[in-house]
Amino acid sequence: MSHFEPWSAERAAAIIAEFNGVDGATMPILHEIQHVFGYVPEAVIPMIAKALNQSRAEVYGTVTFYHEFRRELPGRHVLKLCQAEACQSNGSDHLRDCAEKRLGVKLGETTADRRVTIEPIYCLGLCANGPAAQFDDRMVGRLTEEKLEALMAEAQS
Amino acid sequence: MTIKIYVPIDVAALACGADEVALAIQTEALKRGLPVEIVRNGSRGMLWLEPMVEVETAGGRVAYGPVEPKDVAALFDDGFHEGKGKHSLHIGLTEEHPYLKKQQRLTFARCGITDPRSLEAYKLLGGYKGLEKAISLGPKDTVEEVFTSGLRGRGGAGFPTGIKWRTVAAAQADRKYIVINADEGDSGTFSDRMIMEGDPFVLIEGMTIAGLAVGATYGYVYTRSEYPHAIKAMNDAIAIARKAGLLGKGVAGSKYDFDMEVRMGAGAYVCGEETSLLESLEGKRGLVRAKPPLPALVGAFGKPTVINNVMSMASVPIILSEGGKYYADFGMGRSRGTMPVQLAGNLKYGGLVEIAFGCTLGSLVYDFGGGTASGRPERAVQVGGPLGAYLPTHLWETLFDYEAFAAIGAGVGHGGIVLFDDTVDMLKMARFAMHFCAVESCGKCTPCRIGSTRGGETFDKIAAGVEVEKNLALIEELCETMRLGSLCALGGMTPFPVESAIQHFPEDFGRGPKLQAAE
Repeated sequence: MSHFEPWSAERAAAIIAEFNGVDGATMPILHEIQHVFGYVPEAVIPMIAKALNQSRAEVYGTVTFYHEFRRELPGRHVLKLCQAEACQSNGSDHLRDCAEKRLGVKLGETTADRRVTIEPIYCLGLCANGPAAQFDDRMVGRLTEEKLEALMAEAQS
Repeated sequence: MTIKIYVPIDVAALACGADEVALAIQTEALKRGLPVEIVRNGSRGMLWLEPMVEVETAGGRVAYGPVEPKDVAALFDDGFHEGKGKHSLHIGLTEEHPYLKKQQRLTFARCGITDPRSLEAYKLLGGYKGLEKAISLGPKDTVEEVFTSGLRGRGGAGFPTGIKWRTVAAAQADRKYIVINADEGDSGTFSDRMIMEGDPFVLIEGMTIAGLAVGATYGYVYTRSEYPHAIKAMNDAIAIARKAGLLGKGVAGSKYDFDMEVRMGAGAYVCGEETSLLESLEGKRGLVRAKPPLPALVGAFGKPTVINNVMSMASVPIILSEGGKYYADFGMGRSRGTMPVQLAGNLKYGGLVEIAFGCTLGSLVYDFGGGTASGRPERAVQVGGPLGAYLPTHLWETLFDYEAFAAIGAGVGHGGIVLFDDTVDMLKMARFAMHFCAVESCGKCTPCRIGSTRGGETFDKIAAGVEVEKNLALIEELCETMRLGSLCALGGMTPFPVESAIQHFPEDFGRGPKLQAAE
């Protein structure tokens, strides 16, 4: 369950200041920003650039390079379904189809009621216990249609 | 007397309900008035049995698994807290299990036995003997010990670790770094994760030894955001080691300084490539760097840097404590020591198998893995993650060894083996290899960035039956271009799964006779 703070420039400035003097601080700052606000707001980019003496383009480049950094708020719950080979060998394609059908959205999209975002993920390191998924902070192994159904019901309740 | 019960804290166990099982055991014991101490250990690596609960008895630890919360009351009824064997989940003495008995655990010697946050337990089982030895040997002889061991990079490239260390040791600079590549993104691999979650001190000790050996005073573990439990375990262990004087100024009372931290990636597979990793560590886009200069000379923040895989570095403490020769006595040819192999995918007995180089691929799949979980015939394995070749059953006599694999157009990679049954569509897997490369390409090299997308489109045409031979020839040409025209392994090795799939499974690509479905 996500409990994100609303955007606040003061809060963002305080986060950036925490990493004063840290080598290669861009990634740790972006992670912390996303952890607090749920995404990396556009407005934070010039703030980070200024603090780290970089161009806005450099920081923008970093934000957009990594799959993990979001540019907008996700749904209330995020369900990540592993799509890598080991999970494919155990039927992850079928589970993805089930989730897409049940929620009416494709991987990478959020339901219209903004309750749940489903995303692909390439490997959670649970390859001997697949198919694997991550539901918010919870890791789920040996995923079945029944377990997936329960997760989606939980997400929509 | 208090009954000691072990419930793993490894995420593979957690994902299958280990926390709920631990709670159920605690609750049930309270209800029965039994004095129980629950220890949260790492995983032994018999992952099909997770959550695997162990009970300490006079005769050794007795295992039960896979345990679900609903089993707990019956387990107590059947006397599992005394190690009794009545219940159907009873496995027997853990150490006597053939899956473990047949292994040669050096790097994973402690994993699953101890509470990963107990420095005391780590030391009791030989921990920090390697550092002690390194301190007495001094930097030069420590590097030579690693050289003698024959250890080669376990991340996939197989470059001799000793040579890398010599280069960094010889470099002159005001600052040097130890960077650990823990960006374990290959599907079918989890050994780095298991060691970080199950025995984090071994990695810390290895890095400290490396720092002493090459004259580096600071280290980074660069790992994946997909591994939150490993990050937490590492951070906890670092704090404990620092408090005990094993990190910081004058480690373990010596004249050497070393400290370290964990850095988190952000879902970019290419950051497992060492130069891309360094860019990311510095806060930039993970674009691959051209080599030379080698990271050993111009690495993190422009300084000489040892960059090693988790498995390589976690093997260093035992190489120092037992001697390089001891380690080199395992293995075959130029592949010395042991390899933590990870059995994954559609396997009955998936898990971690650390074994000396030189066993056959087939023995790993059958003797350890037990064949498919689905019960259907085996058709292919992919060895070494998304950049690894697909190998048909007739090649499974190949010995698990760097050179033997290279000879059949494959690589051992990071030791992940993923098994597929006969329902696998190899055209789909080849297409996926291209798709994955397109999603994860850093964009620097055109053959990788654009070639992978065009490759995916071409496979769509082949799947639709459009000019199959012409398009397959195009794929072959494209693979050649990607292999020769990409700076790093992502573009350079995506042809491995693609070409091996076409070569070994032509029937899935409209070549040769179609496989007849079993009646």
